[in-house]
Amino acid sequence: MIKVSQRWIKVWYRNYISFLKFFYVNLVGNLGDPILYLVAMGFGLGAFLGNKIEGMSYVQFLAPGIIVSSAMFAAVYECTFESFLKMIHLRTYDAIIVTPVNIEDVVAGDVVWGATKAMLSGLMMFIVVAAFGLVHSWWSLLIPVLIFLVGFHFASFAMLITAMAPNFDYFSYFLELVITPMFFFCGIFFPLSQFPGWVQGLSGVFPLTHAVELSRALVMGTVPARPVTNILFLIIPSIGLFYWAVWRMKKRMIK
Amino acid sequence: MLPVTAKNLTKKYKDTVAVNGIDFAVQEKECFGFIGPNGAGKTTTMKMIYCFVPRTGGELLVLDKDPSIHPEMVKADLGVVPQDNNLDEDLNVFTNLTMYANYFNIPHGIARVKAKELLAFVQLTEKEKVKITELSSGMKRRLMIARGLINDPKLLILDEPTVGLDPQARHLIWDRLRELKSQNVSMIITTHYMDEATELCDRVAVMDKGKIMVVGKPKDLIREHIGEEVVEVMLLDTTADKLKKDAAGFLVTLEETSQKCYLYCQDCRPLLSHLTDKGYKHILRRPATLEDVFLKLTGRDLVD
Ligand SMILES: Nc1ncnc2c1ncn2[C@@H]1O[C@H](COP(=O)(O)OP(=O)(O)OP(=O)(O)O)[C@@H](O)[C@H]1O
Ligand SMILES: [Mg+2]
Repeated sequence: MIKVSQRWIKVWYRNYISFLKFFYVNLVGNLGDPILYLVAMGFGLGAFLGNKIEGMSYVQFLAPGIIVSSAMFAAVYECTFESFLKMIHLRTYDAIIVTPVNIEDVVAGDVVWGATKAMLSGLMMFIVVAAFGLVHSWWSLLIPVLIFLVGFHFASFAMLITAMAPNFDYFSYFLELVITPMFFFCGIFFPLSQFPGWVQGLSGVFPLTHAVELSRALVMGTVPARPVTNILFLIIPSIGLFYWAVWRMKKRMIK
Repeated sequence: MLPVTAKNLTKKYKDTVAVNGIDFAVQEKECFGFIGPNGAGKTTTMKMIYCFVPRTGGELLVLDKDPSIHPEMVKADLGVVPQDNNLDEDLNVFTNLTMYANYFNIPHGIARVKAKELLAFVQLTEKEKVKITELSSGMKRRLMIARGLINDPKLLILDEPTVGLDPQARHLIWDRLRELKSQNVSMIITTHYMDEATELCDRVAVMDKGKIMVVGKPKDLIREHIGEEVVEVMLLDTTADKLKKDAAGFLVTLEETSQKCYLYCQDCRPLLSHLTDKGYKHILRRPATLEDVFLKLTGRDLVD
C-alpha cells in the first residue's frame, strides 16, 4: 500500500538546506551546458543557416527548447546521481525512515526537490534567453509552471530508474539510451516535420516534445497547435511514473 | 503498556532465516539486552522493532502498536541508534540534530534548545559547527546517540552503542544511559561487550542462529550456567586429560578448547591449591562473568 503523507515536505526542506550551502557550485554546474548549447548551436550553427525555421531565426527556434531541456537535465541529475548517493552511500534514507517520515515521503520529497531544482535551472536559462532578447510575450510568465511540470516528470522518471539501479553505471545507460535520444528527437534542434512519419509519431509520445511545443508558444506568444494534448501528455505519464517510482523504491528499501 | 512483546517473531530473507520464531517481552523501564555471535539475528530483531524491516511471521507489538500497521505512530516514540552510523554528511553537527528534530515535527525553537542540551550531554558542544566528515568515529557514535534522543523517546533502541569508543567515552555513554534509565526510558541494547551488558542490562537474551537460547538477569544466568568462579588452565605443559584426572575429586564442570581448560565451581580455592600443589603453573582463578555464559552457550570457538 502506498500512502504519501505531507511529511514529504521535511525531506524537501532537508535538501533545500543542504543545497544552500553549495549554492554557487550548483548554479554553475546547472547552467554551463545549456548556455553552451545556446551559444554554440544557436549563434554558431545558426549563422550558417540562411533559411528561417518556422518563420524564426535558428537561435530563436532553439531557445525555448533549451529552457525546458535544462530543466529536464537538472531533474534527471538530481534524482539519479544525487538520490542514489543519498540512498546507498550516505544512507540518508535509512536515517530518515526510522523517524515518522516513511519511505514514500522520502521519495516524494526527493522528487519534488528534483522538480524544484529543475525549475531553478530552467528559470536561470529563461533569464539568459530573455537577456538575448529572445522572449516576446507575457505568456512566458507561465514558464515556471511549465518547467516545474517538466521537472516533476523527469524527477519521477529518474527516481524510478534509481529505485532499480544496482550501481552508478546504470545511469549512463539511462542517459545514453533514453534521455539523450529524447533530447535530440523532441523538436528542440529541428522541427519535427523534418523527420519521417514514424519518428514524428514516436516523438509525439515523449512528454518533452509537448513541453517544447508549449515553451515555444509561451515564449513567442503564439497559440500552440495542440494545447490539450500537450498538457495531458505532460501530466498523465508523470502521475504514473511518480507512483511507480514510490512503489518501486519502497519495494527496494523495505525488505 | 509493555514497550515490546514478541511471539514467535520470525524474519526470513531470501534464503536465510535471520530470526527464527523468538518470544520475548521488554518490561517498562527495563534495559533489555541482546547478546550473541555475529549473524545471530540481533540487528534483524531490532530492525523489526524499529519498523525498518517487516516481519515474516509471528506477532509483534511495540508500545502497544503493530509496526506493520502504524509505523509512523510507533516511530514517533522511538529513539534509534542503528549499528552503522548514518549521520547526514551534507549538514554540520548541530544541524544534524535540528534537522532530525524536524522529521519528528518538533518546532525549530525547541529543537535548537534540545540540540544544545544533547550536545552537552554527549560532550560535543565544541564540535557544534563542525562537518560530520571531520569527526572521529567515536564522536560520530556519540552524535548518533544524541540524535536518537532528540524526540524524548519512550523506548530507546541501541545497536552496539559503544562500538569504537575509547574507555572514557564508553563510561560517559554508560553514565548517560543509566541517567536515562532513572528517567524511566525503556531500552533495548545489543552489544558484543559482556561487561557492558552486565553493567547496563536488567535482563539479557542470548541469541544464536536466530533463536533465543536463554533470557535472564546477568547475575542469575552466571550462577545458573557457570557458578561463582572459574579456574583457567593454560594447556602449555599439561593436557586436558591429565587435568581431568587431577580435578576429578572436585565438584566442577570442565570445558576445553585447544589452548585452555575452563573449570567452573562455586568456590574454587580448594581446587586452585590442589592444582598448585600438583605443580600446575599457568593457572588463574577469577569470578565467573557473562562472557563465560556467552561462550559456554554459543561455543568457545569461532564457528563460521
Ligand atoms: N538485508 C539482508 N538480506 C539478506 N540477509 C540478511 C540481511 N540482513 C541480515 N541478513 C542475514 O541475517 C542474519 C542475521 O543478521 P543480523 O545482522 O541480524 O546479525 P547480528 O546478530 O546483528 O550480527 P552482528 O553481531 O554481526 O551485528 C545473517 O545471517 C545475515 O547474513
Ligand atoms: Mg548486528
